[in-house]
Amino acid sequence: MRNLTTAIAAFLLAGSAYAEPVAPSDVVFEDGAIPVSLTGTPGDPVAGREVMIARGLGNCVACHTAEAYADVPFHGEVGPPLDFVGERWTEAELRGIIADAKMMFDGTIMPSFYKNAGYIRPGNAFTGKAAEGELPPLLSAQQVEDVVAYLMTIK
Amino acid sequence: MKDALRGVLAGVALSALASGATAQEDAKLIVNGEIEMVTTTTAPEHLEGAFREIRSGWTFRTPETQALQMDDFENPAMIAVDRAQVVWDAVDGTEGNSCSSCHGTVDESMAGVRAVYPKWNEDAGEVRTLEMQINDCRENRMGAEPWDYGSTGMIDMTALISIPSRGMPVNVAIDGPAQSTWEKGKEIYYTRFGQLELACANCHEDNYDNLIRADHLSMGMTNGFPVYRLRNTRLNSTHQRFRGCIRDTRAETFAVGSPEFVALELYVASRGNGLSVEAPSVRN
Repeated sequence: MRNLTTAIAAFLLAGSAYAEPVAPSDVVFEDGAIPVSLTGTPGDPVAGREVMIARGLGNCVACHTAEAYADVPFHGEVGPPLDFVGERWTEAELRGIIADAKMMFDGTIMPSFYKNAGYIRPGNAFTGKAAEGELPPLLSAQQVEDVVAYLMTIK
Repeated sequence: MKDALRGVLAGVALSALASGATAQEDAKLIVNGEIEMVTTTTAPEHLEGAFREIRSGWTFRTPETQALQMDDFENPAMIAVDRAQVVWDAVDGTEGNSCSSCHGTVDESMAGVRAVYPKWNEDAGEVRTLEMQINDCRENRMGAEPWDYGSTGMIDMTALISIPSRGMPVNVAIDGPAQSTWEKGKEIYYTRFGQLELACANCHEDNYDNLIRADHLSMGMTNGFPVYRLRNTRLNSTHQRFRGCIRDTRAETFAVGSPEFVALELYVASRGNGLSVEAPSVRN
């Protein structure tokens, strides 16, 4: 019986693609980085690029410029340029910065994309009205992984 | 050497083009060829550590937008001023009064008013905006219905009242009885609201002059309000702009006319003490 339990546990670990993503409140940071994938499913860089440039998703372009997506108009200049970002940071660090940049850079203007509590007067998206119940994080766990995968290609 | 010089000249030409496409920081704002505006000046003392110099939102706009404010015949806000002038002279309410019954002409009675509002009202024991004072007159002097705080008629009237103050320095009082309201406004200014966790200061103090997507961030000054925005082709009040900004942080906003926005209006106005009243101005 114990062996069976161990076997099931091993199966669950191996088949982590089917596991639930780490909830925003359960994310463990180490010096601002997140060493373990939030989903266990490798990120898709093509989907990650879409998250970065879409206004309704990450809209990273609003603040960060980079040659890698020079085809997208209107790069902002509030945050640092992302050229060579895949060389300058590790995957774990990028995951941490996207999920909650304030864990690495105290007081940074950058929104926390994988967090869902601790807000002051949280609203229901862009309606100006109060949020109803707990808010979903700005990006899903897999979207965070996708963005990390895309950023790792910017070298 | 010749090549180097050519390179330098090309660089100059390029940067001239670039500044033409964005804003003319050093341009001078003279309205109708006679009202000289101070659009850049030394920051008020209370901003020590934040700004040395403050700039009107006008300096952040394109030459095309800037030009619209330099001639009242080009300024689309003047239609609202004309509308309000008719209302100023019209009797309304049970007392048989118009604005002009007590105040005479706008030019004579309202010069300097816009520059010092929001302002402490001793009788009421509160800081009041122009809108609050207008409604006090309507209800208590005219016996008329108060206007909705954010209504077109109300914003038109604040535009008209601003006209004789154009070119005068913004000079709101922040000490004495107004101080606690001012402190409350300051706290709101630095609070990071909403799911994006953004304070006014994040964009307008820490990142002015930077682009956020296609928007050129200003210092968030209110000396030009009410503002005709090309984006929505109408006059906008300070509180409506606050509301839009806070909504964009994915927050539950405060209401137009709320005590929170009155406090924030006083605080933000005080950050622009020394800039000329430009209202009604033109922005994008």
